[in-house]
Amino acid sequence: MTLSVAPITAYSGAPVPAQAGIGLKARHYLEIIETRPALGWFEVHPENYMGAGGPPHHYLTAIRENYPLSLHGVGMALGGDEPLDKAHLKRFRALVERYQPGLVSEHLAWCRRGGVYYNDLLPAPYTTATLNTITEHIDQMQTALGRTILVENPSTYVAFEDSAIPETEFLAEAARRTGCSLLLDVNNVYVSGVNQGYDPYAYIDAFALHAVGEIHMAGHLEESLIPSGRLLIDDHGSDIIEEVWNLYAYTIARTGPVPTLIERDNNIPALGDLLAEAARADQIMQSQNRRARAS
Amino acid sequence: MSNTPAPLASFANALLDPGGPVPGGIIAALEPDIKTRFDVYRNNVFASLIDALRDSFPVIEKLLGKTYFRALAREFIITSPPESPVLLEYGAGFAGFIETFPPLQDMVWLADIARLEMAWLDAYHAADAKPLGTESFAKITPGKIPRIRLALHPSAQLVRSIWPILTIWKTNQDGAKPCEVDLDQGAEDVLALRPQREVELHGLAPGSGAFIEALMQNEPLESAHQAAIAQSDNFDLAANLAHFISSGTFIQVS
Repeated sequence: MTLSVAPITAYSGAPVPAQAGIGLKARHYLEIIETRPALGWFEVHPENYMGAGGPPHHYLTAIRENYPLSLHGVGMALGGDEPLDKAHLKRFRALVERYQPGLVSEHLAWCRRGGVYYNDLLPAPYTTATLNTITEHIDQMQTALGRTILVENPSTYVAFEDSAIPETEFLAEAARRTGCSLLLDVNNVYVSGVNQGYDPYAYIDAFALHAVGEIHMAGHLEESLIPSGRLLIDDHGSDIIEEVWNLYAYTIARTGPVPTLIERDNNIPALGDLLAEAARADQIMQSQNRRARAS
Repeated sequence: MSNTPAPLASFANALLDPGGPVPGGIIAALEPDIKTRFDVYRNNVFASLIDALRDSFPVIEKLLGKTYFRALAREFIITSPPESPVLLEYGAGFAGFIETFPPLQDMVWLADIARLEMAWLDAYHAADAKPLGTESFAKITPGKIPRIRLALHPSAQLVRSIWPILTIWKTNQDGAKPCEVDLDQGAEDVLALRPQREVELHGLAPGSGAFIEALMQNEPLESAHQAAIAQSDNFDLAANLAHFISSGTFIQVS
């Protein structure tokens, strides 16, 4: 059998630049290939490219030839209390070898247990036991892929009685133990801040910003059908709100430019709308750079 | 170090039990209450998996309507949740579920439509391979032809049905003109194939389904021919070979 796997050339192993990128969506494949928009990089969920062949690989290969790429996993269950899925590690490794991404990331969350995959990023209690398990899992994933990964702070809707370690401290310690980097999702900070009743700016202040290798920005939904209180749902289904842009600018002022993803998974708009949000992130990073040089 | 098991087991079990209690070990520090909060996870699980099934089975959704499809998908998810994060494989059991779902017993042909949509999807994501051209067959010594075995393209998926499934599928594509389909118009076997970029669905003439099925089981050409004739006296071997070769069905001859 002849497998027609096109070689990756120009951007093979290219690092993801400290600029804005967007999540690659199937409906934008052709427009991106035809118009080749000025953009730092693209990110995909590797699980969507775990078929053997076909159009998804064809288009990703074509786009990969012109842009750096980031693989953002949603299925590894690093925060779970069961051993990692070896078959999934193997599939993930094959994709890393094939596409040579500049960044690889996963979540402080779980999504699989007892042989069932739930397709959601579920919360874990922040205990010493969970910290020990996730340290093993991150080590295992980094060893399997032969590279370091980034681990993302989750958006949460509940807290665990047993949680004893603040999330910022938990992530900092996981990074310290494993050498992994952190993916700071600024929208998740905002969403969890409202849902759990903490100040998102204080969260950023407490975060191990020196370990941040990527930032995510997205829109969310405010639940309107609840009798009292506020509940934000991290649905990646709308434009980024001003409060989250402000929190982003506050973060960038402390980190300097960081690869920043515009993440959109629902109500996917025209490519131009996502590029406009990416341009805004780039502007914030550039103006921060100018301020830093001037001072 | 604490060795208390994490409360993830009860959390996981409660996700697929919409009417059940909120699992223990989780709290709401402020309003809204814990049930409202936990239900966000339940909704996320169901909504995202229903979306995944809808993406894979657009014709089933069109035939049943959005509301019915959602309800059916929920039942399927509770009975057969995915086992792997590779959701493009999820739905392999959907046809079998439809077949045994009591409220759908009147639509006896519906399960085969689900099989056809899954075949389309499997063909779409199958490995790429270069089909053999006519020249590869011209070299074969005529006397050897009955004993050759033909390897099908990795995307090849055969769906055999006693119902006119391809007609129903085509009638329910976006932009197709709605029209009545006579369910007694006859059986349709379909070969899903993606020799290049696009998935093609080939409606098969009588005998061709048995022929392809035998080749898929690695039977030599002669046996496949016999199987085809057993299904239909009118099966034309030369015409079928010419059609399947030009459609890019084969990748190896041995």
